[in-house]
Amino acid sequence: MNMPLPEPPSDLRSRTGRVGAWMAARVDAMARSGRHPLYWAGAREMAGVSVGLTAWAFMTGVAMIKSGMSITEAVTMSLLVFAGSAQLAAIPLIAAGAPVWVIWATAFCVNLRFVVFSLHLRDYFMFMPRARRLWLGFFTGDVTYVLFTQRFPKPAQTATQRHAQLAYLWGGNMTNWAFWQGFSMLGIFLGAALPERWGLEFAGTLALLGVACSLASTRLRAFSAIVAAAASLMLLALPFKLNIVAAIVVAVAASLLLERRLPPAELPAGDAHG
Amino acid sequence: MAETDAWTLLVIVGLAVITVVARGFFFISEKPWRLPRWALRGLQYAPVAALTAVIAPDILLAGHALNTPWRDARLLAALAAAAFYFWRRGTSYALPASIGVGMAVFLPLHVGLGW
Repeated sequence: MNMPLPEPPSDLRSRTGRVGAWMAARVDAMARSGRHPLYWAGAREMAGVSVGLTAWAFMTGVAMIKSGMSITEAVTMSLLVFAGSAQLAAIPLIAAGAPVWVIWATAFCVNLRFVVFSLHLRDYFMFMPRARRLWLGFFTGDVTYVLFTQRFPKPAQTATQRHAQLAYLWGGNMTNWAFWQGFSMLGIFLGAALPERWGLEFAGTLALLGVACSLASTRLRAFSAIVAAAASLMLLALPFKLNIVAAIVVAVAASLLLERRLPPAELPAGDAHG
Repeated sequence: MAETDAWTLLVIVGLAVITVVARGFFFISEKPWRLPRWALRGLQYAPVAALTAVIAPDILLAGHALNTPWRDARLLAALAAAAFYFWRRGTSYALPASIGVGMAVFLPLHVGLGW
């Protein structure tokens, strides 16, 4: 049972000002989500698949610190960027001193799968103001997106349903965030203590390899992966790590050309794994 | 211990903006709008291409030349990890366990034998 809340003092707003009132309203909204049974259903289902993510988060932490970042930089990156595969792709480019736009373009390409998810989530989120949509979007990663859309195949129609859907999503997101940041921090601080000569940063490459394997779920995507790998090696002579961006362009163009030659039955329309 | 520098922090803040823009791409604007079909299809192929473009040189190169496929800890570890992933594909532990398998191959060869 929920304890009844005591009445807030009536002069709260005048004493705390607008920022204080806003904070109080946010805490109230969080408490309302947290009391919803579906918040904990979301948390439990996310926790069930978090065990695998913890190893990945840990390795991302190790890879950041072993690439030569300072602890401040690694912690900042983990908290602000909060996107494992984009972080892992950016780490070697940062270490190599690649131009800023190459790093950003590569990270954005890795993140393009979220663009596909956002098209789907649009129908669920549009009732909120923009700042809250983007805030919720920032915390919604691959796994919580998949769990959420499996649990709720259709967007909510009523205010009660909306409240239930958001509670479930926030429960999953907060669990995911806590596991991810906790193990990422552990990786950063333990990684800083482990010897250089072990070459532990290679774990980051292996993590990306695993994600690439999971994304190569259709024959055309596997084709895109192989073309990109070959092009990246052949164009290695380009300066400023431009081989990465050039290889992505070549691979996507080749896949689109090949796709047009295939019968439509070969093309799963809306698959969004990984 | 490495120094914190402003350039890296700038890159990190930009990456944070990229996370927000990518995860919220289609709900930034109130108006419903669509990408051209080719761009929507291209979204299917770009992420996996970006990942393999980044990792291929890390796995396959020694300096600036293709390395010898035997006697290379990174290549053998990557092969073991990918083989494990496809063997156990569809299970929830396939991804993290493939990292573990890869490192279990990599560390003895790299630290022990110096490959």
